[in-house]
Amino acid sequence: MAEGSLVAGTVGAPAVEKEAVFGFTRAQATAFLVLVAFVVVSPFFLYPVFLMKVLCFGLFACAFNLLIGYVGLLSFGHAAYFGMGAYVTGYAAKAWGVPPEFAILMGGATGALLGLPFGWLAIRRAGIYFAMITLALAQMVYFFALQAPFTGGEDGIQAIPRGTLFGVFDLTSDFTMYWLVAAVFLAGFLLIHRIVHSPFGQVMKAIRDNEPRATSLGYRADDYKLMAFVLSATLAGIAGGTKALVFNIATLTDVHWAMSGEVVLMSLVGGLGTVFGPVVGAAVIITMQNYLAEFGAWVLVIQGGIFIACVLAFRRGVVGEIGHALKVKL
Amino acid sequence: MASKDPDGTILETEGLTKEFRGFVAVSDVALRVGRGTIHGLIGPNGAGKTTCFNLLTKFLPPTRGSIRYDGQDITAMKPAEVARLGLVRSFQISAVFPNLTVLENVRVALQRARGGSFDFWRSEASLKRFEPRAMELLEDVGLTTYASYTAGELPYGRKRALEIATTLALEPRMMLLDEPTAGMTHEDVGRIMALVQRVAKGRTVLLVEHNLTVVSGLCDRITVLTRGRVLAEGTYSEVSRNEEVKAAYLGTDPGISGGEAHG
Repeated sequence: MAEGSLVAGTVGAPAVEKEAVFGFTRAQATAFLVLVAFVVVSPFFLYPVFLMKVLCFGLFACAFNLLIGYVGLLSFGHAAYFGMGAYVTGYAAKAWGVPPEFAILMGGATGALLGLPFGWLAIRRAGIYFAMITLALAQMVYFFALQAPFTGGEDGIQAIPRGTLFGVFDLTSDFTMYWLVAAVFLAGFLLIHRIVHSPFGQVMKAIRDNEPRATSLGYRADDYKLMAFVLSATLAGIAGGTKALVFNIATLTDVHWAMSGEVVLMSLVGGLGTVFGPVVGAAVIITMQNYLAEFGAWVLVIQGGIFIACVLAFRRGVVGEIGHALKVKL
Repeated sequence: MASKDPDGTILETEGLTKEFRGFVAVSDVALRVGRGTIHGLIGPNGAGKTTCFNLLTKFLPPTRGSIRYDGQDITAMKPAEVARLGLVRSFQISAVFPNLTVLENVRVALQRARGGSFDFWRSEASLKRFEPRAMELLEDVGLTTYASYTAGELPYGRKRALEIATTLALEPRMMLLDEPTAGMTHEDVGRIMALVQRVAKGRTVLLVEHNLTVVSGLCDRITVLTRGRVLAEGTYSEVSRNEEVKAAYLGTDPGISGGEAHG
């Protein structure tokens, strides 16, 4: 319940404006159109590889936010699903010559297969203990990635071929690759939105708000949490797999706990429990990392400062604060 | 046992005991709730009412003893399971889903009644069909005008009413209400009492109450707990004449008031 107030981006304001298209409110539909417009137009102005990075991490952050924002579970080990997704996609594409569309799906399947037992274990505890269990399990995955022969240890898997999409589109060009990434991102984003606004999502939010009450209504809260966990891990795996193809590389960075921390940061900066927040958060963090790279290690200090500022001054995050000011749910 | 009772017993416990690291919160409680009655469970602070309540709804596992509900042994069941059997509880602090709207609060319960719902691919519009019934339930408790409000914004008394509407959505055969009037203003108490009386028709209600006057007008039978044990059982007039009960409430008996202090 403690997270309740932090999570619920925008409360208040009787929800009069209901239901436009696809479960979006009017404000959300507008924001979504802006997002789509940005995704479509931006590669003509900005460096596609940078944009692809933003989209991959945006999807990763959305997947993470599905858990914290809508079920109230703070996972501190999401790098495991992202990183292993990257490894498996990379290995499949490189060693077996699996076409990119299937390689990415294999990344998602990896996330799901890891998420099932990990989630099953972790949901037995709540709050900080849940976070610690997910972290511990992710550290085991990190160790596995360091030792297993197929992951390439310190070197990671390098020179992963992007391949040819559906046997037609050669993805070597960044521009072509960008459209695949954009499609994966938008599909993932819409799927998450649908999950949140489904009958299942209603129960998820009820459990987040008041788990004992949901139980007393006859819901087996653990089953719902596990389902949400697996969905989140799957999408994280897809994001990781896509990232591996974009950069032709899958390394220990992807499974490192710092990656788990980064996704928490992105969601917080953007706004927990908002649909668009994690995307904006990912964009902010990635932009900082890219454009402040000249400051070297100071990037981390700056990031830390922003994190503190966020938590202290605007806890709702960028999108959460905007939504609050405009009295709409974004 | 149940068949001997002409009215039928819907809920029955035998030797129900709960110990917390040596502290006996509920001790050897034998409780029988008749079908279709409003049964009060009362007692001073720390008497074990809420613990007892949590045992009955399976939110706590008992240390010893058994619970039978509608002829079925539910001692080993999980809380969600007993809820599915129609034994639905409320909470002492108002239990609503604060970030959902008032309508969604009731709808999520109606949604449950249709069975498991893992359909994350389906649109929210598929829940529309529950809304007429949800509005009916809100009307029952006088909350129609608040339907689109976020539940967290409701004043306390209304939250309790919403909670009852949500509970009723499950069409429970038996409702367990944990201090439904706790912390309420005088008018709210009256309104909730009337509501409980109305919704109790055709079901069984077990009511935990601190306040004797609330149960006097409402309950057919009353069980008095003190220090985890059943002190007396009967109608309100029987119970209120009982010397031990008076002592427990007024604290005239040094032994009993001493017990209250650490409760």
